[in-house]
Amino acid sequence: MLNRYPLWKYLLILVVLAVASIYAAPNLYPDDYAVQISASRSGEVVDEATLKRAEAAIAAKNIGIKGAERAENDQSALIRMNSGEDQLIARDIVAQALGQDYVVALNLAPTTPVWLTSLGAGPMKLGLDLRGGVHFLMEVDMAEAVTQRLDVYQSEIKTKLREAKLRYSKVDHDQQSGKLQIDFRDADARDQAVTLLRKDYPEFVLETAEADGQPAIMINLSEKTTREIEDYAITQNLTTLRNRVNELGVAEPLVQRQGRNRIVVELPGVQDTAAAKRVLGATANLEFRLESRSDAAAGTTETFNFRSAPNRQATLERDIIITGNNVSSASSSFDETGRPQVNVNLDSAGGKMMNRITRNAVGRKMAVLFIEHKTRNVVSSENGQNVEKRVPYVEKSIISLATIQSALGNSFRITGLDSNGEASELALLLRAGSLAAPVYIVEERTVGPSLGQQNIERGVFSAEVGLALVVVFMLLYYRTFGLIANIALGLNIALLIAVMSIISSTLTLPGIAGIVLTMGMAVDANVLIFSRIKEELANKAPVQMAIHAGYERAFTTILDSNLTTLLVGLILFFMGTGPVKGFAVTLSIGIITSMFTAIMVTRALVNLLYGGRKLNQLPIWPLFFKGGA
Amino acid sequence: MAAVKRIIDFMKLRHMFAAISLVATLISLGSLAVQGLQFGLDFTGGTLVEVQFAQDQNLDKVRGQLEQAGLESAVVQSYGTLRDIVVRVASTEQAKVGDQVMAALQSDGADVTLKRTEFVGSQVGGELRDQGGLGMLLALAGVMLYVAARFQFKFSFAAVLSLVHDVIIVLGVFSLFQIEFDLTVLAAVLAVIGYSLNDSIVVADRIRENFRKMRKAVPVEVVNTAMTDTLGRTTITSLTTWLVVWALFLFGGDMIHGFALALLIGIGVGTYSSVYVCASLLIYLKVSREDLLPPAKEELVDDRP
Repeated sequence: MLNRYPLWKYLLILVVLAVASIYAAPNLYPDDYAVQISASRSGEVVDEATLKRAEAAIAAKNIGIKGAERAENDQSALIRMNSGEDQLIARDIVAQALGQDYVVALNLAPTTPVWLTSLGAGPMKLGLDLRGGVHFLMEVDMAEAVTQRLDVYQSEIKTKLREAKLRYSKVDHDQQSGKLQIDFRDADARDQAVTLLRKDYPEFVLETAEADGQPAIMINLSEKTTREIEDYAITQNLTTLRNRVNELGVAEPLVQRQGRNRIVVELPGVQDTAAAKRVLGATANLEFRLESRSDAAAGTTETFNFRSAPNRQATLERDIIITGNNVSSASSSFDETGRPQVNVNLDSAGGKMMNRITRNAVGRKMAVLFIEHKTRNVVSSENGQNVEKRVPYVEKSIISLATIQSALGNSFRITGLDSNGEASELALLLRAGSLAAPVYIVEERTVGPSLGQQNIERGVFSAEVGLALVVVFMLLYYRTFGLIANIALGLNIALLIAVMSIISSTLTLPGIAGIVLTMGMAVDANVLIFSRIKEELANKAPVQMAIHAGYERAFTTILDSNLTTLLVGLILFFMGTGPVKGFAVTLSIGIITSMFTAIMVTRALVNLLYGGRKLNQLPIWPLFFKGGA
Repeated sequence: MAAVKRIIDFMKLRHMFAAISLVATLISLGSLAVQGLQFGLDFTGGTLVEVQFAQDQNLDKVRGQLEQAGLESAVVQSYGTLRDIVVRVASTEQAKVGDQVMAALQSDGADVTLKRTEFVGSQVGGELRDQGGLGMLLALAGVMLYVAARFQFKFSFAAVLSLVHDVIIVLGVFSLFQIEFDLTVLAAVLAVIGYSLNDSIVVADRIRENFRKMRKAVPVEVVNTAMTDTLGRTTITSLTTWLVVWALFLFGGDMIHGFALALLIGIGVGTYSSVYVCASLLIYLKVSREDLLPPAKEELVDDRP
């Protein structure tokens, strides 16, 4: 029969809407202001006692706590507060009570009820422009990364040629062309060198040439190797940045590679950009030192703790063999017997120094010290008032202490590690402290928390006003059919928010603008359909035929116009960055969801209300309009 | 009411509006060529610091403070009240300028709250600009392909030309009044492409349908009928979209002010252009029923020996 939907269609619509309302629902619960506690070293846990201590410290200052919970993996804990002001005070109290072993950060904790979270539902994430925070785009100096590696090769090649007794006159690193050039006295030596280098360095692209009348080899790095060096430089910087961000005490930081040579760092809730930049730019470093002999004079030694076991100590010489600036790379692997080890590569100067010292120290132990520049809050009494200051300090701890088994050179390995995990942690720390390709901030955006809140309020208010205007207009102009379109519009917004929440997309201010624009455009499909129905009615078509033809005829037009808008939305999404992307996401999703609600849902409602009945007229004409027949 | 409807003779005015469109386009292009766009920070690179003071400020005093800190090129503006101040510093590759500005503003112990800072390196700015331009061209090309596949060459040419017309006029207004053009405005311009196309397609769809229905009518009549048929829909959709964009413009705050403005202009121009650029062009291009007929099915004939 005309204008009747089969039962399964109604059920399908009901199921979709039920699912949508469940997944959109978490957005109705406002977030709690919370203080997040996490251990400052990876692998350590926040236990129940620590959380109790923090709660007690807050309670001692007569500040109410809304709730507290520990994360399932024991890595962090949350204390929920009643207001933003309490949150700020509580953070300072907890930071002071727990000391340096824990990172205390501001966070917003979702208040999604358990039955919703058990279904995997959660609220949309808010972008930095709504939440406040800092966004950095950093660029890694790739040219410098390649240059550094070539310097290392340069010294390795010299050693290789010397060992093979091949006489060369010089090995040059041409900074301009980025090539290594080796000059020889005779062509014979050169040809042997080519064979040798081909065998040992498959990553080189070798060319024989004549330079200044002498036979020479020009060495270029293969494209693949250059890529690898770049990837290494990025990974190294990502690791270092992640470590430093952890130190900043940010609840949900994002450190992510973008494109070939860039890194995005997003720190929600951080306002002091100067401090953030200082910490991000701070250099961790390494020092390689010998363990002191038992008979060494006290003035020439220093005692340090181990990083992984704060109770263990070792006494080292004051003299430094090399620093992290000489370390060109470090990676973990397995030795011949399958035990974990860490491979370390040094630059030429570092290799020389290492060789000179370790030659005479075989059998002794060498330690690697990890040096971090940190800041802590110190409360001091000034004029009778407690003043809090951030004081920078340096923390040095031992990350490796191993026996020197033979004279070391440009590359050596650290063995005797207990586990694969320990090996990769050591390699990570060596990399963090070693010479990294320099990074520069190329873009920075900060939004203060007050502006974030203001943006939310304004965005939501303009959405409400926009929605109200459209709803009233549709009611006046299409009466009952307007009501149907309005119901579809409301469902469309719910559906849009549900989809955003399910794919855990980030909502930004332009994103809100996209939603608002979608509201205006979504009714277009209904307007098209209703205009057609009116036309059919005006042409004296029977009511049921008019409804049927209206939906049928408008469909291709709706499809065409929505697909092209979607096309533009997708282009925006893939081409755009930041604000543009946020807009593109909501616009594109809104177009897709509006096709469902404006066509399927309104049709279902119209069918339910009017389908299969004998009617002479439809309440589709504007208020105060006596027309139609 | 009878089934006979009065057909509005839209196309009667097509020469006049073609002239108006042409003049508007030329003025826009002229302004774009002469003064260009007032590119925002996103595209030029530079630093912007937006702050709120606890008390009203004397702008000259603030300028003095910045000069003392060695930031002579800083531009200081207030917006809304004398407590809300924006400082802009032209393109540098230094991310620390923002911190210097903050330090200078606080140098006399004033109570300042940071609302927003933005730093864009000039290289990144250039990239964003190139990417934006490329996106716009891609959008136009994609749209042209889609319309060409769904309709016919004359339709796709007319649709794309009307989009180009809309984009030029929106850009022209931003250039003429030297309104800041940033990333969000660019997004709005692209959204205008989507919206305006939406409109053109509805109109084109109806023209195509009417060509099939009205077998005896001349093209001008067919187009006029299509315009009249879709007039209600065009007005109402534009109106609802306009309403929500006004809400954004008035209440959305200054971060999306330019965005909303571009949409306001774009929706207006887009609605107009789907009639007087897209449809008029079809007439100028001498669109006919033959253009829309499906290609003759010759296979059937070939089957016979």
